[in-house]
Order: sequence, then structure tokens, then C-alpha cells
Amino acid sequence: MSKFKKGGGKSMPAISTASLPDIVFMLLFFFMVTTVMRETTLKVEVKPPEATEVKKMEKKSLVSYIYIGSPTQSQQATFGTKARIQLNDVTFSRKEVGEIQNFINAERLSKDEDEIPYMTTSIKADTDVTMGIVTDVKTELRKVNALKINYSTKKSKETN
Amino acid sequence: MASKRRGLPEINAGSMADIAFLLLIFFLVTTTMDVDSGISRKLPPMPEENIETPEIHKRNIFVVLINKNNKVLAGIGSPTNNIEIDGNGIINESLKEDVKAFVSNNGKKDNSSESPEKAVVSLQNQEGTSYNMYIQVQNELTKAYNELRNEKSNNDYGKDFDKLDPEEQKTVKKYYPMKVSEAETKAN
Repeated sequence: MSKFKKGGGKSMPAISTASLPDIVFMLLFFFMVTTVMRETTLKVEVKPPEATEVKKMEKKSLVSYIYIGSPTQSQQATFGTKARIQLNDVTFSRKEVGEIQNFINAERLSKDEDEIPYMTTSIKADTDVTMGIVTDVKTELRKVNALKINYSTKKSKETN
Repeated sequence: MASKRRGLPEINAGSMADIAFLLLIFFLVTTTMDVDSGISRKLPPMPEENIETPEIHKRNIFVVLINKNNKVLAGIGSPTNNIEIDGNGIINESLKEDVKAFVSNNGKKDNSSESPEKAVVSLQNQEGTSYNMYIQVQNELTKAYNELRNEKSNNDYGKDFDKLDPEEQKTVKKYYPMKVSEAETKAN
């Protein structure tokens, strides 16, 4: 009986915050695991086009990226505004498109031999580039027999 | 003295939460959740010398031409019909419907494909074609095939294509193989 009386008189006991670090650590680990750090800094501007029928890319470790777009503002002083191709950290003009062969071969060397057939090349091209440069890239890829490609697009909302 | 002498005083763990929060916020800010996605295609291998390209009958080719002004022309055998594109760059549904009718013709009409297996969509573009329009057309073609496969799987298995087993998906894919041929870019 006296118990109830006592409880009524007192204010609410403070909630223990001892488990707060645990909760925060849990969240922290989640984000640490899911974070993907960008490996390359983009030197060309890439705004991918939108499409509805897109598929997620699988096996990210087996994907090589080719960026195509006009140079970013800081790069325009040296390279102008014409669309360029970026492989790793270096950009190339359309005339130097043959570098793609070296790039693909280097990518292949870094992978296991049995994984090579599953390698995919993702073409990340800007909406505003013309097909001329994209076709040149595709021709080079065909020459080195890197035939699996993926046109990187954003998923757009259903339009119809 | 009431308290006993201890070897080491306990470290105050009260600030651990603050440190963890700091790290948490760092990772929250740097995380990008976007998944890479796109339209997958397989390029044809480089043609070997002195091997003749197999002749394909006109009725089995559906030609889609995107010219340098981003106009889309399409038709069986040769690009004859103008496909309308509205101000927002959305391609008219008629392209998708034409492709579907062409692929699923099965020899019904004389001027359309003999079977889905023989049907080839030839996509041609020019030097000045914008990449965006090219992707939009690729998207429409993919959509046409996806819808055909979906119809087929609903007919045969009573399920959507996505929900089929890998084996069943293979059968449907074999019935409607996606054959998109891309000719070299034409200059001018």
C-alpha cells in the first residue's frame, strides 16, 4: 500500500542512457559497412540519362568504368569543353580512344583468369554527348573483345 | 577513510557516445546509397576478314534509325515511318507497339517477321545523334521485349516473368531472344 503512495509522490525516474553507445555503435557499423568510397575523382561531368527498363549491376568488383563527358570547370582551362573519355584518373580526347585497349588489358591483368569472361564495362556517359564518341569507345571495346557492356542510366519514374 | 585504495581509477565512458556519434555522422554524410544501374547489352564481336555476313531477309529486319537531328525513323526492311517525339523527348508508344507486332508476328503477315527467333532489330545512329536519344530508343526496345516476355510467361506459367525460376526464364528468353544489331555509325 505504501508503495503506491510513494510512487505517486515522486517524479519519473530518469531513463538510463547506458545503452545509447551500443545503439549508436550499431548504426555506425551499419554505415561503415555500406559505405562505398569513391575511388576516382571525376574529371568529366557525367549526368546519366534516365530510363525505365534498368537493371541493377551485379558483381561490382568485375566492373570497369569508362566515363564520357565534357571536362569539369577546373579542367576546362587545359582541355577545353569538348567531350573527353576518362579512364581511371586520366582523361583522353576522342583521338586517343585507343588507350581503352590498354585500360581493359590492365583491368584484366588485375583479375583472376577465370573471372575475365564475367567482366563488364560500364559506360557512364553524359546525357549531352553525341553518339560519335560513344561509338568509337564501343568499337575499341569490340577490338579487345570486351563485349559485355552496360549503359549507365538513372531509373526514372514511369512516364506512361 | 571509507573508500578503498584501488590500483587504477575507472575510465569514464560517458563520452564514448559522443565519439561514436561523431563517427556515425561522418559516415552518414559520406555514404552514397545509389546503386549502379543501367541497360545491359552485348556487343557483337569484331567481324573477321573474309567471312561473309549472313543474308537476312528484309521481312526479318526492323530498322530503327536515329538521325543527327534526333529524329527517329522506323520500319520493317527500311526506316519508313516517322516516330513522333514530344517536347520532353518522350518517344511515342507506337515504336514499342511496332516492335512488338513485328517480333510476335510468327509469319502471319507476309511483310513482317517469320518467327521471334529470326526477328532482328537493327539500330542505326549517326555521328551527331545525342546519347540521350539513343538510350531512350534502347529503353523502348527493351521495354518491347520485356512486355513480350511477360505476356509469354503469363500465358505459359500464369506468372510474371520476374517471378519465374531461372530455368523457366531461360525458356522464355529463348522463345523471345533479344536481337539488336547495331551497324557502324554513319558519318554526316
